[in-house]
Amino acid sequence: MSGSALLAAESGCHLNSGCGFPAPDATIFNYDAIFTFDIAGLTFHISKPMVMLWVAALVVVVFFVLAFRKAAIVPRGIQNIGEYGYLFVRDGIARDTIGAKGDPFVPMLFSFFFFVWVLNFMSIVPFVQFPVTSRFAIPLAFAVLVYLLWVPLGVKRQGAGSFFKAMTMPPDVPKAMYVLLIPIEILSNFIVRPFTHSVRLFANMFAGHMLIVTFSVATWYLLSPSVIGILGSAASFTVTVGLTAFEMLIQALQAYVFTLLAAVYINDAVNAH
Amino acid sequence: MSSMVTLSEVTGSLGSIGSGLAAIGPGIGVGIIFGQGVQAIARQPEAYGVIRQNMILGFALTEALALIGFVAPFVFGK
Repeated sequence: MSGSALLAAESGCHLNSGCGFPAPDATIFNYDAIFTFDIAGLTFHISKPMVMLWVAALVVVVFFVLAFRKAAIVPRGIQNIGEYGYLFVRDGIARDTIGAKGDPFVPMLFSFFFFVWVLNFMSIVPFVQFPVTSRFAIPLAFAVLVYLLWVPLGVKRQGAGSFFKAMTMPPDVPKAMYVLLIPIEILSNFIVRPFTHSVRLFANMFAGHMLIVTFSVATWYLLSPSVIGILGSAASFTVTVGLTAFEMLIQALQAYVFTLLAAVYINDAVNAH
Repeated sequence: MSSMVTLSEVTGSLGSIGSGLAAIGPGIGVGIIFGQGVQAIARQPEAYGVIRQNMILGFALTEALALIGFVAPFVFGK
């Protein structure tokens, strides 16, 4: 465990004991390596988020293998949940956004949706309580993966010329405006896009975790033998519970938004405007 | 640079102030998006699926600005 704020809180720093509120900072997102190993001269540090990444992958794979292992025409039990999830991604994301050409991308979007959701959901699992996607490298890797899919795909399906023309030159605009528009479109479609795609997920999870930690620390800090302390502590605890429920909503929403945006980008590549 | 005189200085939790300023625009934007979205659903309930999807898409794109404002103090601040 790391984070000077949490250590200060654990050591019994309370309202009237003369120490200030130990506000959590960004160091609560840093974890020390659980174990390290060497391969070809490189040292790999395996920390808690890494292990949770593997657990999340395992959870998704095992769940859907169980759901579809004995697939029946009339679904029973767990297969109902699996099919509902599949149809949600196929009809609600892939077909609504990309149309008929979207079906080949459903497996990828489906994996993204449930993997990201489980990673986000780690935030409120007791004793885990850390959203893995609040480590920026992880959503960034996902966004780069999507970027490396849709840009070459667009070049392949539409041809380099017409793809980049469609992406950088909006139609029905006075010719002189292109001087201004083309740099803006290049910036927003090819440079900022993977950045915002990943930051959106990362920052939501980061902010949510930070809020929950702040109010959890406040609950413990305010707990002291005085009226104001007990009232404040109870209020903070209530807010923590409320925020946890709110986070559940945000986690599902952000997984949906991430997948939806991936589908929108793929749509730019496969469907000529 | 050594001859530079500091005439005035702002100190304190500037990250919080920046985050608050960055939230004004997206706050208005998200309000407009959901307001118009609910209005659209009320006018045409059968188009709920498409409206909801576009509403959430617009919300996500707008919200990014506020989130960048939230993250920037952690990145650039000390």
